[in-house]
Amino acid sequence: MRFIPLAAPSTTRAGLVTLASVAVALALCALIFVFYGVSPAEVYSTMLRGTLGDSTGLAEVGRRTIPLLLIGSGLAIAFRAQFFNIGGEGQLLLGAVFAAGTALFVPLPGPILLPAVFIMGAVGGGLWALIAALLRRLNVNEILSTLMLNYIAVALVTYLIAGPWKGKDVRGYIYTDSFPDAANLPVIAGTQVHWPTLVLGVAVALGLQWLLSRSTFGYALRVVGENPGAARYAGISSARVMTIVALITGGAAGLAGAGEVAGIHHRLLEAGQISLGYGFTAVIVAWLARGNPALCLITAPVMGVILAGGDILKIDLNMPFRVVDVFSGVILLCLIASEVFVRNRVVWGARA
Amino acid sequence: MTQPQPNSSPPALELRGITKRFPGVVANDGVDLTVAAGEVLALLGENGAGKSTLISILYGLYQPDEGTVQLGGQTVRIGSPAEAKKLGIGLVPQHPLLVSRHSVAENLALGGGSGLFPARGVAGRVRELSEKYGLEVGPTARVSDLSPGEKQRVEIIRALLGGARVLILDEPTSVLTPQEASGLFRVMRELRADGRSLIFISHKLDEVLDVADRVTVLRRGKVVGGVPTAGATRESLAELMVGRGVDFTRKRGAAPANREVLLDVQNLTASGSRGLPALRSVGFTLGRGEVLGVAGIAGNGQSELVEVLAGLHPARGTVTLDGQPLTGGAAERFQGGVAHIPEDRIHSGTVPSMTVADNLALRGYDRFPLARGLARDLKATDERARQDVEQYSVATPGIHTHSRLLSGGNIQKLILARELHGNPRLILAVHPTYGLDIGATDQVHRVLLERTNEGAGVLLVSEDLDELLSLSDRIGVMVGGELRGPFPVGEVTRESLGLLMGGAHPHSVPGADQGVGA
Amino acid sequence: MDNIVVEALIRALAVGTPLLLACLGAIINERGGVVNLGVEGMMAVGALAAFAVASSSPDANLWLAVGASMLAGAALASLHALATVTLRANQFVSGLALALIGTGAAGLLGKKFEGLPLFNKVNDWNLGGFVINPFTVAALLLAAALAFYLNSTRSGLTLRSVGENPAAADVLGVNVGAVRIWAVLAGGSLSGLAGAFLALSYRASWADNMTAGLGWIAVALVIFVGWRPLRAVLGALFFGFLYYLQFRLQGNSPVPTEVFNAMPFILVLVVLALAGLRGQQGDAPAGLGRPYVRGER
Repeated sequence: MRFIPLAAPSTTRAGLVTLASVAVALALCALIFVFYGVSPAEVYSTMLRGTLGDSTGLAEVGRRTIPLLLIGSGLAIAFRAQFFNIGGEGQLLLGAVFAAGTALFVPLPGPILLPAVFIMGAVGGGLWALIAALLRRLNVNEILSTLMLNYIAVALVTYLIAGPWKGKDVRGYIYTDSFPDAANLPVIAGTQVHWPTLVLGVAVALGLQWLLSRSTFGYALRVVGENPGAARYAGISSARVMTIVALITGGAAGLAGAGEVAGIHHRLLEAGQISLGYGFTAVIVAWLARGNPALCLITAPVMGVILAGGDILKIDLNMPFRVVDVFSGVILLCLIASEVFVRNRVVWGARA
Repeated sequence: MTQPQPNSSPPALELRGITKRFPGVVANDGVDLTVAAGEVLALLGENGAGKSTLISILYGLYQPDEGTVQLGGQTVRIGSPAEAKKLGIGLVPQHPLLVSRHSVAENLALGGGSGLFPARGVAGRVRELSEKYGLEVGPTARVSDLSPGEKQRVEIIRALLGGARVLILDEPTSVLTPQEASGLFRVMRELRADGRSLIFISHKLDEVLDVADRVTVLRRGKVVGGVPTAGATRESLAELMVGRGVDFTRKRGAAPANREVLLDVQNLTASGSRGLPALRSVGFTLGRGEVLGVAGIAGNGQSELVEVLAGLHPARGTVTLDGQPLTGGAAERFQGGVAHIPEDRIHSGTVPSMTVADNLALRGYDRFPLARGLARDLKATDERARQDVEQYSVATPGIHTHSRLLSGGNIQKLILARELHGNPRLILAVHPTYGLDIGATDQVHRVLLERTNEGAGVLLVSEDLDELLSLSDRIGVMVGGELRGPFPVGEVTRESLGLLMGGAHPHSVPGADQGVGA
Repeated sequence: MDNIVVEALIRALAVGTPLLLACLGAIINERGGVVNLGVEGMMAVGALAAFAVASSSPDANLWLAVGASMLAGAALASLHALATVTLRANQFVSGLALALIGTGAAGLLGKKFEGLPLFNKVNDWNLGGFVINPFTVAALLLAAALAFYLNSTRSGLTLRSVGENPAAADVLGVNVGAVRIWAVLAGGSLSGLAGAFLALSYRASWADNMTAGLGWIAVALVIFVGWRPLRAVLGALFFGFLYYLQFRLQGNSPVPTEVFNAMPFILVLVVLALAGLRGQQGDAPAGLGRPYVRGER
């Protein structure tokens, strides 16, 4: 088998290859389900029925789409700059910590409390990602550093809710007191869809798309990502671009964290309850969108179905929630392995 | 032409009717070629004449579409470099392909050697070969510490270790000083005396006349002539090569006596990537409208000198342009009138995955007229691109084509168009014609000289001494981070420059003992 | 006092063993030019495979369990080899996917083994008063063997050359793809073996997420020890000691438990930053992380 580079890979080809790779991924997952001892048909039909089949399911998908959209569009930018931020999870948690701290301990008048909660959330997430950007200047691979920061963020949240921030009237549980009412987000009636965050997510996705394709910073970012040598030559500072990219991608994840605590939980609680693996799943959201923030408007709900479906499988078929990791991992692997088919055509047989 | 003698043994290597087609081009078109045992054959031709394809076929990297290869009268099929090696064909590549971190012996043991302690096993044979042919190199030395000439010797030893009877040397002198090159020629003569066949690829006509027995000339994939070197001249070979008479005279008239100083460099000192000194108190001036050539073997500080002036590398010392201190990063300096035609077109000069229009916007993408505030003006960007493509006749399917689809010459034109757009005062040009064909080379030279007529100064770094001698007003030589000269071009020759590049002191080089500075 | 020193050494060796095994595995594939960040996942499936075999019957063969772990690790690694060597995918992202698949699949398929008893565990050996685990002995011997292999054999030289300059190896007739695939499989099997140690000896049970980030630390360790097997012994011992410290200090100090839980991860960051400051990244094989395509520079 040989690969012959294509002169100009088309968008159609990219789309078809992406669809094919997702299909292969679902087939591979089916194999694992057979191993586990359930029929793949049952798994997939349960997932679809429980998510897209009724309004409750759709609302669950919508709720999970919000953080995926925010983190995913930020990651899309980061990947274009070749900044492999895998720390969306930790940045979301830090966003939640900063947001909760603001909601609980900063006495602000009602109308400006919510904006402050979001802004502080973005700051928290941005600073957490900034650590990785600064470490990268010392040649520390950001995949490793952002992953380590995830573990550290979990420990930090646990420490806060079990220690200094532990609520006064929560008895044996470990979480903080409830936020004041002014720090809680409105939801679509009967659901957990905190729509202001959803609106924010759409705005962020579109805004980042503009930034990438129309702004001077987006141009600099692409040069840094696609040819660091040319960036150096033209006097574009890779370090500066990485710093800004880290603040954007971390900030977007931080907004997601703020949205989760202000829209759903109304308090800071265990890390595993705040985020259901949004940070990792968003990696696939961004990769599926091939680095285009606007396309995350489509890919985020797709992955939202898988996350919500994981919950359904847990309840209906008593499968561990780890099934979501399997989905994410297999889809991601198939996506990146299919890249070569977008850029090359395949010739079978011996070489010329 | 040498006629095959009756009753003699068959030639060591004989190619008959070799044809190789690639989409859109016939790289080799019915090529016939023979080399006898104990003969040095020079293969001459311009870039794109089909020399590389022919070598790749001989070395098993490509299969010919038509034609046969015979070794000692036997028709052979060469399916891979490993098979070529088994058949006794060795290649000394232009750029040595060695593992820098490993020792010489480890490199030579790769792909052979004993199962245990492979490096120890080859060391003895390496010493044997280096003594026999005068190929000095220590088996335990690390490759990263070797000079280009030494690395080349390692490649020759490797070919000999593999039992090569036919040795192909691909532009072996391009990385050597003339003196190192004569050392190589001595080795080549030893090998010839030993009955081996050598194919020597070069486009330096003097060398070909010096070392080869016969010359085969390729043009546009075809053999256009084969002559013994005895009786051939530079002019006759050059005419065969390009198909018309070639002018060896200077492309530039005599320099005016007094020029206004444009660039003044004093006491420039910088360290290289490994912290070793790359520039040691370099000082010179460059006049308005002047071309200052910089010669030197790669790695003697030329790259750092250009990078420092372009704002890409920190240094101590003073640099002024038109009397004003030259400071700031690369973008600021470009805005201040410093253009930079970089050494590496693909890895720093362009972003191959971006369009021609975007590549032309690499300078000034963030300021008027290509941007308004934080937003790019894509219309203005396209408009600029159309103009540049037209003015520099860049051959491209469109301004939204990815630049990686352009040929080397057109990429270089794209870079020229971008760098010369704002009428720069100082042009830093590094190997500006490396790998280009004669047409593109001419255009690059013409454009640079035009700019000097308009008052720009050009710092021309090149490894091609002919290019330097034909364009420069003065030439300096970089050795070990120091600048020797610059000397007025009338006072230096290829030979004296070669001695300087090899580290000789100016006082010991005839014709180069006066005129430091200007 | 002596007791504490001996205890510290024993504990450090115990936690250090899976780190060392996985680190040696990663050294093999990285010296061949392929980064595999999926160690955590390969360790998890290795642990599950070992536990599944060992808990299948009271007289299950523990050798078989060990073999199963290595096979499982290599099987998962084969996906990485296919994606990165054959299909030239980004090695870092593929490794991340591998970690997700491995930990996810182990958690999913291992659910029925949670809380099950292990009939036989791999017991420590008592060597003249010095108690040592067979896995630890194996890891130490492997480190020495790998050092010898890399520096003094033809096959080791080929592996290193493929990692440093695949083009140079290619023209000499070395099958770069094949060497890299074998290196990835070998690396995966050692990660699987590290998992077997956790399931059969150290924890002697199965639980979801029992690898607890050890795989990631092993990946970082490779950089810290400069891709050298013998230094990996010291590096593993150092991190093993850290875990011991965490264990000893927990509850005995005013510092909250969570800080100790985060300590290895903070230390990895510090260690990587120090390695970066010392310019140790320069020790990385020159071809590391880049797919090899003939004719491309």
